[in-house]
Amino acid sequence: MKLKLALGIAAAAFATFGAQAQTIKIGELNSYKMFPAFLDPYKKGWELALEEINKAGGINGRKLEVVSRDDNGNPGDAVRVAEELLSRENASLLMGTFASHIGLAVANLANQRKVVFVAAEPLTDKIVWENGNRYTFRLRPSTYMQVAMLVPEAAKLKKQRWAIVYPNYEYGQSATASFKKLLSKAQPGAQFVAEQAPPLGKIEAGAVVQALIDAKPDAIFSSLFGADLQKFVREGNTRGLFKNVAVFNLLAGEPEYLDPLKDETPEGWWVTGYPWNEIKTPAHQKFLAAYQAKWKDYPRLGSVVGYSTMYTVANGIRKAGGADTEKLIAALKGLEMDTPIGPIVYRALDHQSTMGAYVGQLAKKNGVGVMVNWRFADGANFLPPFEEVRAIRKD
Amino acid sequence: MSFSSLLIQFLNGLASASSLFLVAAGLSLIFGVTRIVNFAHGSLFMLGMYLAVALAPHLGFWLSVPLAALAVAVLGVLVEAGLLRRLYSAPELLQLLATFALVLIIKDFTLWAWGPEDILGPRAPGLAGAVSIAGQRFPEYDLFLIAFGPAVLGVLWFLLTRTRWGTLVRAATEDREMAGALGVNQQWLFTGVFALGSLLAGLGGSVQIPREPANLFMDLSVISDAFVVVVVGGLGSIGGAFLAALLIAEIKAFCIGIGDVTWLGHVFSFSKLTLVVEFIVMAVVLVIRPWGLLGRPQSLPRNSGAAEAPLALPSPAAVRALVAMLAGLALVPAFFSGYALVLLIDIMVFALFSVSLYFIMGPGGMHSFGHAAYFGLGAYGAGLIVKSGAAMEIGLLGGPLLAGVGALVFGWFCVRLSGVYLAMLTLAFAQIAWSIMFQWDAVTGGSNGLIGIWPAPWLASKTAYYYLSLAGCATGILALWRILYAPFGYALRAGRDSPLRADAIGIDVRTRQWAAFAIAGLAAGVAGSLSAFSKGSISPESMAVPRSVDGLVMVLLGGMQNLTGPVWGAAIFTWLQDAIAREIDYWRAVLGGVILALVLVFPQGVAGYVGGLFESRRAKAGAAAP
Repeated sequence: MKLKLALGIAAAAFATFGAQAQTIKIGELNSYKMFPAFLDPYKKGWELALEEINKAGGINGRKLEVVSRDDNGNPGDAVRVAEELLSRENASLLMGTFASHIGLAVANLANQRKVVFVAAEPLTDKIVWENGNRYTFRLRPSTYMQVAMLVPEAAKLKKQRWAIVYPNYEYGQSATASFKKLLSKAQPGAQFVAEQAPPLGKIEAGAVVQALIDAKPDAIFSSLFGADLQKFVREGNTRGLFKNVAVFNLLAGEPEYLDPLKDETPEGWWVTGYPWNEIKTPAHQKFLAAYQAKWKDYPRLGSVVGYSTMYTVANGIRKAGGADTEKLIAALKGLEMDTPIGPIVYRALDHQSTMGAYVGQLAKKNGVGVMVNWRFADGANFLPPFEEVRAIRKD
Repeated sequence: MSFSSLLIQFLNGLASASSLFLVAAGLSLIFGVTRIVNFAHGSLFMLGMYLAVALAPHLGFWLSVPLAALAVAVLGVLVEAGLLRRLYSAPELLQLLATFALVLIIKDFTLWAWGPEDILGPRAPGLAGAVSIAGQRFPEYDLFLIAFGPAVLGVLWFLLTRTRWGTLVRAATEDREMAGALGVNQQWLFTGVFALGSLLAGLGGSVQIPREPANLFMDLSVISDAFVVVVVGGLGSIGGAFLAALLIAEIKAFCIGIGDVTWLGHVFSFSKLTLVVEFIVMAVVLVIRPWGLLGRPQSLPRNSGAAEAPLALPSPAAVRALVAMLAGLALVPAFFSGYALVLLIDIMVFALFSVSLYFIMGPGGMHSFGHAAYFGLGAYGAGLIVKSGAAMEIGLLGGPLLAGVGALVFGWFCVRLSGVYLAMLTLAFAQIAWSIMFQWDAVTGGSNGLIGIWPAPWLASKTAYYYLSLAGCATGILALWRILYAPFGYALRAGRDSPLRADAIGIDVRTRQWAAFAIAGLAAGVAGSLSAFSKGSISPESMAVPRSVDGLVMVLLGGMQNLTGPVWGAAIFTWLQDAIAREIDYWRAVLGGVILALVLVFPQGVAGYVGGLFESRRAKAGAAAP
């Protein structure tokens, strides 16, 4: 009996040892200290998912381990950190990144080193199209997709004179270009009467608002976010820019950017975002309960992104039967899975997921900004047709 | 633009000018008297903002503004008395390193104390709405700001010209040794000035809260604006700072007001110009008026730190040590593969970059705040050549050439200035070059940069690229060192130590400086090109301000008194950042703390300290010999 017990313990010990030796290592990198407002919730999201996956026994008996690094917010350091994750930590694949240029630099490295990279946050269209490569997959709906989600509402209003304001870097530039292209198609004859491109984080809000007033627009399309958005909204409210003007603002409904506005929230704006406390689907209810139980805080959009990125990796590995790069690519191509905000598919053609976003209008409730009249826009409906993607994607 | 919008844009400019002036005035005051280039001034501004938004819900807006400013002033006193006071006798610019460490610490403290989310402050009670001016709505609070800036200017003017304290401050600004000799207690004067400067920074931040949210980007965003205003106005001149703030804010407001202009069929966006317009203004002003709008030639501080000892030829032991180190580096791939090589490539690239910066800063006597421009030009040059279809080897040679040409052009203007003005002109050119890379989408890939820039197949393995980097960086560093011991190097140092005497014996100082500037640019370009191919991509960050600051930090950390200093500085800084960021969440604060400790323990720089040890041992050995 004693012997049996001892043998049992030894076997159990051996088994745990074996399991530990077989953990699958995933390298994660992001600009945690540069963009903490978005990336704190993001980290909480993937940590929750990781805990769930491992509690459920891991994948085919193997636990997942995430080695996470700060990339210092610049592409050069991000590439070094990624190299470290790959060669020193022996990570099987990479995930993460926030800013577009960092996402592109890491995708470029993944292509060179022939490892899978699941880009979580970067919005740039280029990461799956112009500069897409066979090793890189991207979760979030891109700038183009989110613009396309707003355009039908914009065209419905039949406004003639449009003014545009955007942060002067690739995200704002491509949002503006996509909007002009798509709106002109949906509503021939729409005019673009003014364009303001303040530097990111340094908008001279008073002067910009006055310049827009001077252009006498019927409607405004903005892709501002963060501090720029808050300054723009306050000046616009004070100076009466938004009276009788329809405003469309990409991303402004995301809690990260909406919550700081509080009683300044401009009512009636059309936005893309994430009305976390109103989504009643079972998948989201489950996620919300688990998130609040673990973190004693409500989820932001970043939490959903982090959570879904982690599950993308886990589901890919499960489908591939391991973390071998070629098998993983095959598994991720066309991978179908659930996320807290609905089922998604990673398109085999361009590795873009069909994750959607919520489109709705801003309103104030008890001095806090909320989204109303919202609907879920499935990303699959807002991607360009295959032929168009084939024409711009080089591989 | 109609008349009413012209008027409103003018008023917008005035309101922004007041805000700019408040921060700049404090910086100017502190620099004028203590000669401290206070990098942490923007951080004090940010603290003022956060304190005010934190206090406002409890005490009300109007009380929280002055209280936040006072709290920041108290912090300023602590910083001056506890830290900077120990460094006044240290070599020039070391205080800069200390304040850089403070920036890191304050940033992480703010994140820890107030969390990551932006905090939009309350509107100012009583001035929450707008008034109608020429048929347009204009915020009441902006009217208050328009009056507040000049009011502060008036108070400062009174304080500086009509009080005894002000007279002493002005005396110390003119000649602080003489003021000290006449019995003025410099310590208290410096503390007082630093407190007043900090108060103004805190006030600048706290009055901003109705206009912009407290956020973690404020510190760096404000500090560059403040430096520009101070330098354009003329160092130490409060009136000049006001004039400069007015000039820059109005030009910005009207760039935005004008918006897009179609010109010969091309649309030119003045709105996009706001990305860099203040630096263009600064470059133009400095080229025309080398001491700013209202500044005067700087009086040289007579005794800041010991005069630098002439460079001695390295002892045979030092040469042997260097050869051994090179041999050791050459052997590394035999024992390590993978990440060790990646990190060492980064370290070697930064070592060359920081030695090239030291080349003009130390022996050249020209402080550069914009050295990243040449690193970036080297990287972009290499990338663009490869993207145009040429071989990688050609890119590796062409990149540095572009950097060298850039340095030749910018240097021609820069060597006409001196001191901080020179440093700021290098910064202005760097920012202008950066903004071109950032905006010129079709060619440089804009804010995303260029990707897919990998070495040729025979250099693609880590080991091969490691040897290429080692060869490139070692050659570059040794060449720079060799130049310093050539007649050219001696002439360069002569020009730094005594321009008049150098001139008298027939050395054309300015031409030497110009050549040195170009050589340093070329070497930084080599570093940039090597870095580009090791990363496979380039982005505008590679030539942005933080990269220039990193260079300065490496040089100062290693020590300016020793040729190998910049190499050690680069190694320590890169390794520390890599190691700390991996293990610790609040790694920036820890990095700042380590830098502070190093500054206090080794004011001569790490290499300077070690070198000093050898010197004293040799001196002892010499004394013991019969």
